[in-house]
Amino acid sequence: MSEVQTNYTVPVGPLHPALKEPIRVDLEVDGEEIVDADIVVGQVHRGIEWIGTNRNNFVQNIYMAERVCGICNICHPFAYIMAVEKAAGIDPPPRAEYIRVIIAELERIHSHLLWAGVAGHEIGFDTVFYLAWRVREEILDLIEYITGNRVTKAMFQIGGVRRDITEEQLPRIRQSLEYYKSIFSQLGDIFLKDPTIIMRTKNVGILKKEDALKLLTVGPTVRASGVPKDVRVDQPYSAYADLDVKAITPDMLTGTVVGDVYDRIIVRLLEVKQSIEIIEQCIAEMPSGKILAEPKMAKLLNMLKKAEGEGVARVEAPRGEDIHYVRLEAGREGPAAWKIRAPTYVNFIAIPTILKGGQIADVPIAFASIDPCQSCTNRAVTVDRNTRKKTSLDYEELHRLSVEKTRRLE
Amino acid sequence: MSTANIFLIIIGSVILAVAGAFLGLLYRGIDRKLVARMQARVGPPIIQPFRDVTKLFMKENIVPDGAVTWLYNAAPFLCLITSALLLLYIPLFGQTALLDTYGDLILILYLFIIPSLALVVGGFASSSPFATVGAQREMVMMMSYELPLAVVSITVAWVISHVTTANPFMLSTIAAYPVWNQVGPTGFIGVFLLLFTLMMVTPAEATKVPFDIAEAETELAGGVLVEYSGRNMGLFYLADGIKAFAIVSLIVALFFPYNLSPVFGIDVAWLAFIVDALFFLVKVFVLMFFSITLVRTSMARFKVSQASWIYIVVMSLIGLLGLVLIWLDFLV
Repeated sequence: MSEVQTNYTVPVGPLHPALKEPIRVDLEVDGEEIVDADIVVGQVHRGIEWIGTNRNNFVQNIYMAERVCGICNICHPFAYIMAVEKAAGIDPPPRAEYIRVIIAELERIHSHLLWAGVAGHEIGFDTVFYLAWRVREEILDLIEYITGNRVTKAMFQIGGVRRDITEEQLPRIRQSLEYYKSIFSQLGDIFLKDPTIIMRTKNVGILKKEDALKLLTVGPTVRASGVPKDVRVDQPYSAYADLDVKAITPDMLTGTVVGDVYDRIIVRLLEVKQSIEIIEQCIAEMPSGKILAEPKMAKLLNMLKKAEGEGVARVEAPRGEDIHYVRLEAGREGPAAWKIRAPTYVNFIAIPTILKGGQIADVPIAFASIDPCQSCTNRAVTVDRNTRKKTSLDYEELHRLSVEKTRRLE
Repeated sequence: MSTANIFLIIIGSVILAVAGAFLGLLYRGIDRKLVARMQARVGPPIIQPFRDVTKLFMKENIVPDGAVTWLYNAAPFLCLITSALLLLYIPLFGQTALLDTYGDLILILYLFIIPSLALVVGGFASSSPFATVGAQREMVMMMSYELPLAVVSITVAWVISHVTTANPFMLSTIAAYPVWNQVGPTGFIGVFLLLFTLMMVTPAEATKVPFDIAEAETELAGGVLVEYSGRNMGLFYLADGIKAFAIVSLIVALFFPYNLSPVFGIDVAWLAFIVDALFFLVKVFVLMFFSITLVRTSMARFKVSQASWIYIVVMSLIGLLGLVLIWLDFLV
């Protein structure tokens, strides 16, 4: 008698209600238990880096960077302009640095609240989803008040920011921050004390500290595993060097680190609180002065056209470390090279570890717990020009190619 | 059985099926509106489920390539017919059931299994991995809530068997001897625990959050129903509404068989019927609000292992505790 096959594959995605963007997770399941998981990316490749190096000039690229991802529309331009500034040797005025940090922290609050709602929906708790998003409205209103846009903020410019935060605007900002402080304990009650949320998130999707370090995860995902890794602390950029920032780990609240979904909720909630404090600090200590190093656009573009050099910038996005690299060559309208490495790209590697051993019911929340952003990630597709066939290179293939190349060099 | 009687039963069945479908959809609309208000949303209009069904019946009916076609198409009919069949045995609108003398509580318990079985059959027949997982979950759920359901039903019948020699499983007997009136204070708490158990089984029977594990939109994209569309989906939708209405009507029949007309001393038959029917609808609404609407607003979906544990261990224990309390009450 042949062996009875008990395992079968359940494809989650590319289109699935649990996924907000297209990606495919192939689950090998035995009944309800997940035996193995694999990730297939490549459904939302848009060629942003190519457009950035071939069609756009430096300033147009800010627009492009904002559209890498709808939610992280600050961390990408932030990293991009810092990389360009480093390469071209432009120094933004201190006031602009503070405004940048305020906007970045507003984005973090908005992103974490959005995630909290999505997480509620993933475990079938739609009431939490609607309430979390209602709470998020306030921060969107504030962002619109400061930047003129609800979502895509369009605040950044090479060498500074495009809009100032004036004295008259401060009361409105403080009012929003006070609102969040006043509801913070309620949010904590809902997300950390509700029995069903605890049932669905505690000891689910565990990523142990050793695994988190081995897999090089970033952002709240790694901090929830007890690794105090935060670019704002480790390598302070912009105004963060002046500010009092600490990497948040779940043991600050509970005293222990499990590395499960519940811990990731704790980290995100505490980060919302931390962001509020950072913004308050920024408002209190904001120096006066100009907001742009070079207000004349034509002059700035000419300057960048002549510049030569390389720049790498790291930004702590709501999802983790975001790295942009640019190379400037004299005589080019735009950068000669532009490389983006978004946080989800690294965090994806941890997904099989997080999912293995869990149940199918855990997949949506465990997967969502790294707050994945597919549109940031998709750029690892190779196209064979002769056959027009799309393939993605896996580890073995890359390893083989690498070995072959070494042999050729010998 | 006389010809006139058969004719009456056929006409009555049709009327009950139509009324059940109408009320099932109406209650579903009210439920959606109330949930929306509690979630700070506007929500769909109350007639939305009727629009949904109308639209589903106009849509194309797709049968997936790998499906067992006849089984796949038969499952929704089986589900709808057995759901409607339930209404013939359960007392509705304050009257005795249409087929009261032909079936009792035990038959009703068996009939409640068949719509779920139809879902399982349809899920497996559709050959989708999501539906397969969903069907497995539905089976686990079915087996889990069967025990507390049986505990409640048998205890109620057992209580009534103390006061009458008539068949205690007959719903007309249960209606004649309301269970609350047969027990003292300790037993009263026991009966309350039984009611609580039955109300907790209701969301699972009606596949609503937190026990909509077999459908689980974010996990299984609709689970057992993932491949269904058009007419077949519409039939399942109708059956779902009828089933929810039937299970809540069963709670009313078991625990609240009271009528208003004797209280007011209304003798006119047609007036008494209207008053009792309206009172019945109010009872169904209140029970549905507490057992479905409120529960699904305030809870997250359980995992199948958790839900199964809750039913087999927690709910059965609460039911048995109720039984013990009633037993103690009889001893005193």
